[in-house]
Formats: sequence, C-alpha cells, structure tokens
Amino acid sequence: MIDIRELLRELREEPYEKIVIRAPHSGRVEFVVTEPGAKVVAPSGTWKEKPGTLLARLEREQNTKPLYAPQKGEIMSFAGIRSGQFVQAGQELLTIRHFLTKEEVISRILLRALSLFCAPEKGKYYFFPEVDIKIKTKGSQTVHVEDGMELFILSRMKRETTVRYNGPAGIIYAVYFETNDSVDRDKPLIGVCPEDQVESIQDVVRRVQSDWEERD
Amino acid sequence: MDIEKRIQELRDRLKYAQDIFGPTENTNVTMLEAKLEEYIAREPSLTKQDAIRQLETLEELYLFLERKLERELSAMNKVRIVRHPQRICLKDILENVYDNYTEIGGQDDYSIDPSMLIARAYITRKRGKKVHNQPVMVIGQEKGHGQEFRNGGSVKPWGNAKALHYMKVAETENIPIHTYVFTPGSYPIEDYPGAAQQIAKNLYEMAGLKVPVVSVISEGGSGGAEAIALADTRIMMSHGYYSVISPEGAAAIEGRLRGGQRAETKLIEQCAEQLKITADDNRAMGYVDWKIGEPDLGARPEHYDFFRKLRKAVISSTDEIVLNVRGVRLFRSIALKRHKGADVYVRWTLESRAKERLVWMRYMKFRRMAQHAYIDKRHWFSRSSEWTGEFFSSLYSYFRYDLLGKQHKKVTELAEDVHAEMQVVVGRSCKLWKKLISKLPFGQTEEHVDKAGLTSLSAWDEGAQSSGKWQYVSPQAKQDRAVTCPNAGAHGCLDQWAPDLFGEWAGVCSFCGHHFSMEYQWYLHNIFDPGSIFEIFSEIESMNPLKFPGFDQKLDEAKRKTGHKCGCMTFEARIEGTQVMVAMFMGAFRGGSVGAAEGEKFIRAMERARKKQLPFLSYVHGTAGIRIQEGTNGVIQMPRCTMAVRRYTEAGGLYLVLYDTNSYAGPVASFLGCSPYQFAVRSANIGFAGPGVIKETTGMDIPPNYHNAFQALSRGHIQGIWDRREIRANLVQALETMGGRNLYFR
Repeated sequence: MIDIRELLRELREEPYEKIVIRAPHSGRVEFVVTEPGAKVVAPSGTWKEKPGTLLARLEREQNTKPLYAPQKGEIMSFAGIRSGQFVQAGQELLTIRHFLTKEEVISRILLRALSLFCAPEKGKYYFFPEVDIKIKTKGSQTVHVEDGMELFILSRMKRETTVRYNGPAGIIYAVYFETNDSVDRDKPLIGVCPEDQVESIQDVVRRVQSDWEERD
Repeated sequence: MDIEKRIQELRDRLKYAQDIFGPTENTNVTMLEAKLEEYIAREPSLTKQDAIRQLETLEELYLFLERKLERELSAMNKVRIVRHPQRICLKDILENVYDNYTEIGGQDDYSIDPSMLIARAYITRKRGKKVHNQPVMVIGQEKGHGQEFRNGGSVKPWGNAKALHYMKVAETENIPIHTYVFTPGSYPIEDYPGAAQQIAKNLYEMAGLKVPVVSVISEGGSGGAEAIALADTRIMMSHGYYSVISPEGAAAIEGRLRGGQRAETKLIEQCAEQLKITADDNRAMGYVDWKIGEPDLGARPEHYDFFRKLRKAVISSTDEIVLNVRGVRLFRSIALKRHKGADVYVRWTLESRAKERLVWMRYMKFRRMAQHAYIDKRHWFSRSSEWTGEFFSSLYSYFRYDLLGKQHKKVTELAEDVHAEMQVVVGRSCKLWKKLISKLPFGQTEEHVDKAGLTSLSAWDEGAQSSGKWQYVSPQAKQDRAVTCPNAGAHGCLDQWAPDLFGEWAGVCSFCGHHFSMEYQWYLHNIFDPGSIFEIFSEIESMNPLKFPGFDQKLDEAKRKTGHKCGCMTFEARIEGTQVMVAMFMGAFRGGSVGAAEGEKFIRAMERARKKQLPFLSYVHGTAGIRIQEGTNGVIQMPRCTMAVRRYTEAGGLYLVLYDTNSYAGPVASFLGCSPYQFAVRSANIGFAGPGVIKETTGMDIPPNYHNAFQALSRGHIQGIWDRREIRANLVQALETMGGRNLYFR
C-alpha cells in the first residue's frame, strides 16, 4: 500500500521533472542554448510537428544533427561540456527542469495509487446492466470489483463478448471511457483503488486542485 | 420617400465604387463622396422641386464619373469586381437568361456542395406560331452574393464530381451544356475523390463530351475553373478574370512570403497586371473566343440589359457550335458569323457523326492554342523532315500493325486453335499409350520429385535489384559523410554512410525503406536499356510570354544549370527491348513547373506515341504545378494535355504515370491525374495544394504526412507504390499486363 500523502510531499519538495539530454551518438557538440535558466519550449502543433527549442547540434562525419527540447521548462544545468568538444554516445549534455502542471501531478498520483484496467481489444465497451444501473444511480465509487468478475460487455462488428475484470479488488475510482465511443486496444477503461484509500486520494486531488502553483 | 430611396441608391453605388477601388486614393471616388455628402447636407433646406432637380444632376454626375472610373479600371479592380457580393451570380443568370429552370441535387445549403449548382433549364424560341423549348444543362459555381455556406464558389471535390455526373447525364440526353465559372479556385483538400484527381477526371471526360459545351467565365481561378471550363466556345465577361493563380498568391510567391504573411498591396496590383488576367488579355492570347461587354463597373443583378446580351451570346454560341458540325448550315452559319446573336433557329441535338466531328474540333481548337508561348527555333527544313518522318512512321505502323498485323493475328489465332485441337487428340492417345506401357514390367519408372525445391523457401531474387550495381551512381555517393534518415525518430534508423546509401542502396534507407531524393539521371540510366534513349523535340524552349519582370534571367539560369531548354524531356527508350515513349518532368528546372513549352512537348510526344503505337510513360521527377509566370499560357496546358491523353488512350495506348519526390497542383489535376495507372515511388508526395495553401484557404491544420504516397494510395488516388530499385521490373510487368489494346508489341 502506498502513502499518498507522502507521495504528494515528495512532489511538493521537487515540483519538477528532470530531463537529462544525452548525446544520441558520439560527435562534436555545438550548443545553441548556452545559459542556465534559459526557457525552452516543447514540440507543438496538432501532431507535434513543430520541434521544440533547438538546444544543440551534434556533428558526426559531416552530418549535423539537431537536438531539440522534448519538454517545456528551463535549462537547469550543463554537464560541463564546452561547445566544439567531442562527446561519446549517451554522455550527458544538459538537464532541463520541467515544472509539473496540476494535471501532471494528479495523473502521477493516480498512476501510482490506482490499478488501471485496459481494453483488451478495440471496440465499444458497456458496463454489465446491474453495474451500469449502480454507477448511474449512486456513482462509480460505490461499485466494488474483484478479480474474475464479469464487468464489461464488448461490442464490435455485430458481436458482443463478456469481459471479466482482471486485477486487484477495490472500488472503481475513475471511468475513462464514454458509452458508445470506440475505445482503442490498451487504452484504460477504469481505475481501481482499495476502498480504504479512496478518502486520502480524494483529499490529495482536492488539495492539488486548489493549492498547486503552476510555474512556467 | 422617393428622394430617400434615390439617395440610398446613390449611397450603394458610392460604396460599391469605394469597394472596387480599394485602399488606393481615387479623385473621382472622392468627388462622388463629397458631392453626395454635400447634397445630403443641403437637401432638408431645399424645396421639393429643387431637391429633385439637384438630385437628377447628381445622378447624372454619378453616371458620368462611373463611366470615367470604368476607363481607369486596373486588373486588380476587376478582381475586386468579380469578388464583390453585388456581382451577378449563377442564380441571377438562371432567373434572367433562361426561361425556366429546375435546380438539381441541392437547395441552398441542403446540397452535397452548395458551391456547385446544377440546373436543368430551357430556352424558349418562337418561330412563327411554333414555340421551341430547347433544354440545356446549366452547371456552374454559385457564390450566392456572399452566402457563407457557398464557400465563395470554392468547390469541394465532391462538388466537381456532381458536375461531372450531370455532364454525363446531359450527354446521355443529348442536350447542350452551359457552364458558368465563378470560382476563385478549387477547395484544396485530398479527401476522396480528391481535389486534383477529380479535376483531372472532369477534364478527361469533358475532352470527349459528345454534346456542345459553352462556357462563360466571370471568375476563372486556375484548376477550379478548368474543372468545368473545357468548352467548345469560351465566352468571358469583360470585367472578369481568368488566371493561373490569384494575384495575392502570385505576390506571396514573388515576395517569397511564408507562413501566412500578407503581401503588400502594390505588389499584389503589380502581379495582377503582369499575369494578364483580364478578358482583353485572354482574348488577345486566344484562350477565350469572345468577350461579352458588361455595364460600367461590372454587371450587377439589376442590369437586365446585360442578361439579355448574355442570353443572346449563349444561344448563338450553341447554335454556332452545332452548325459547325452538322449538315445543312450555309445561310445560318453566315448569319451567325456576321452578327453574333443573329435570330436563327438551330436544333441542338446531334447525330453520331456530328458528335465525332464535335470532339475532333474541340481537340483541334485547344491544340492550336498557346503556339506563341514557346520557342521553336528549328529551320523549316527540319520541321518538314520531322513531319515527313512522323508521317512515314505512322504509315509504317498502319501497315505493320493494323493492316498486316491484323492478318498476322488472325493467322496466329487460327494456328493456336489448330495446335490446341491437335494437343487434345495427341494428348489422349499418348495417355493411353503410356498407360499400356506402364503395365508392362520394363515400362515401370519411378517418378522423380524435387523434394528440396518443394520444401525449401525460394531465394531472394537479387537479379531484380541489380545486386546493388547500378549503371549510374549519384554524385551524392561521392561525399564522405553520414546521413540521418528523417524517420530516425520514429523507426530508430541508424545513420548511414552516404557512399553506401546513395550508391549500392540506391538512396533507400536500409532500416525503414525511406527513399531519399535521387537525380533524374539515376532513373534515366538505371531504368531504361543502356544506350536506348533517343531524345526528341529537344529544340522546344521555354520563354517568357508575359514578359514577367525578372523571369528571363530565372529561365536562363535554369537552362544553364540543367542543360535543358525546358522542364520536360521527351524521349523514346527501351525497357527490356520494349520501345516506350517517355515524358519526364524534371524538378531541377524551375521546380518542374509546366508551361507552354512543356505542354507542347508532352502533346507532341503523345501524338507521336499514338502514331507509332508505343506505350507512354510520364515520369514525374517533380513538379510544383503550372508555371505562374506564364499565366493562362500555363494553365491552358491542363485541358490541352488532357485532351491529348484522352485521344491517345482512346486509340488503344497504355498511359502510365510514375510520381517521384513532390508532385502538386495543375499537372496532377489534369494530364497526370487522369491516368488509370498512376504509381508512386515510395516517399513521394502527391497532392493538389501544399500545406501552407491548405492552411491559408481552408483554415485547417493538416498532418505532416497528408500528401504522402501511402495516404494517396489509401485515398484511391494512385494505384500502387514502387520501390525505386524495382521500377524497371515493375515497368516490364506493367507493359506486359496493363491496358492498351493497340500497342505495337501486342
């Protein structure tokens, strides 16, 4: 059993993610961003087709390769490598500090606290009628699930199949799909957590929503 | 009350003039405004009689100044006129030009594409006591005086498909078609049937329509216009424009602007002048048959005289087309020639021979166009010797493949039948004999079975890939450097050494199969039989027909750089001994853009292939579209070349298209996109408009792989994707198996 409050405290102490940029292969590095604390942006566009900030160029055998920032944040530190120096594959070049947003904090907490049950195949998913009624009338957190329980009906291409829940026992904390929408394979359907942890998770999520300060 | 109404009318006229002359200061417009304001300020203090008298004077002044403004109209002013919401639209024409009409396949926004309007209409003509209702199919873009759902007359691919459908209906019903062009351009999306591919289909079908087609152009924006404008008679409204690109688009290209940056007004106006887009320009170049005069500052819905004029024009044009291809016509023809809109009666249905003549005349009409827009410096002697050569090769083909070939085929078929009959008889007797022998003790033999051959996997056919030994090696292979595949992020491809990549591996990533661009020379030397290439029509040269500033230097630079006189190389070559005609569009020459010289070479090569019964391959190393600096001289190549393709295909030829690198716009939307056998080299991009133009015109963001060959294949735009190393083998296969009933080797 994990301590949710302890997890939040850890996140508060270090409210960012460190992203270490390493040389993808050996070569001569030429830094474009040179000052610690410089702001960098993540890839953008609907398909992430616009690259993030150009951090450095790595040249090997007259082939110059750009190295872009994978996340938004600021340059935390350089690994002491000078422009024009030869580096080995995997060698650390610099570190980006990416400040976590509210959504990222909540998703990290839920990822650690909840057990996700994912779609075994693509299709439309429905809860079993009795579960469905219970969810609609009293909410999903009143439904207790156990390993092997018949929980979903999978409907695809004019066939309907029963899908059994497979995972630790608990209550359904979150439902991640909409009725009548097609869910891709391996996408989460529900998040389950032990009954005694519901209170603390809800409390932590509330506190994150109200107190967490987002930084650029 | 009457005075107020008249003042409001003057206000509208003033607003219209201000809109037309745009941001530039015009003294006449300023004077109109000042005089109106002055009158409005004075009017309450005047007696009614004085007010009316002064208003009449003001109206006369308006008429006078409008006439003066009319003479000052620039090309860009005319562009603003056709784009103005008060400009007449197709519905106005249907109401005022035709005696009755029924809209088909849509009502306002309840339509598959409200920007394409189809109507069955009729024109009533009285001869004595007899009344003739002559039906026509009216097809055109509808701008609807700025109705938002009409999309400004920018037709989606399915709208053009609807137009084509009803053209075929008109052909079935044997009634003429009147098309009205009111479009700034086609809606550039690739969703099936695809902007480019549908325009290509339209052009291909219109090239062979067996009914008279009259086209009236108000706003003729490039490919969107061509989708319905291939006609026997093309009329242009005097205040319309017909252009390869919008002046704003041309200015963005000339000013090298990117990412939605706006060009300066001055540059836009300059481009509008230079592109020669007005009715007078197009009439002078021969791309429209006649110009129909509009009232001062352009036709608006209240100009009933104009509609009367237009009615006469479309009727007499249809009459003329029909009379030109039909039996008894002497006096009526003369009357129509002497006086446009002469009052004669002509039945508009055609008989089968007249239909054939109609299609032939349409072909010849377009074939004769754009002859002034390219350079052919050949001496008359070499021209006549080429003509004689073609005549004799055509004669040879006729005797060898038609006359003797048919007899030979009959004899061969007969021999095949006899042989097959014999086989049946001999086979049965042999079987009986073998059975008898096998029953004898000495006649029993063990059957030998190649077990290894049946149980082991077949070997990799290295012969098809030349074992990495190519006739031509790219200069890129001479560089000592590593190359990163653009898919390295997604597929984890490792860097590759250029001599390996561009040499042995023919520019194909050995990890993910991405095809790096190769020079066209690579294809010339590695696809065709060595030493078999024989270039033809190499003397035809690109020029600057519109005297576009700075373009001569750019052309000279391209000629010097490539060593070619235009962007299309036409040649005869052999593949595994089979003779083929090839038109190759080179991306290195002005981005592979197509102008009059390229079009002419393509058509001549098509005609030669038809005469010699050769298969035809269009290898598109790259094309950016129609060459904008040539204006309508370039855009007219779309129908011209497509008609040549149709003529060739109908004669039983095999027309293959192979796209490489990037192929966009006009050529894809016409003579390339109309082929039933289009293939792409892997990693090619095929489409109508580039991502920037799509974003600019539709506001949609498109994914980075939107124009990728695989997307084109899944949309049904192309028929297959070929690996570069297997092009030769695939072409051999295609020549053996695809289309063309009338090829010399069949």
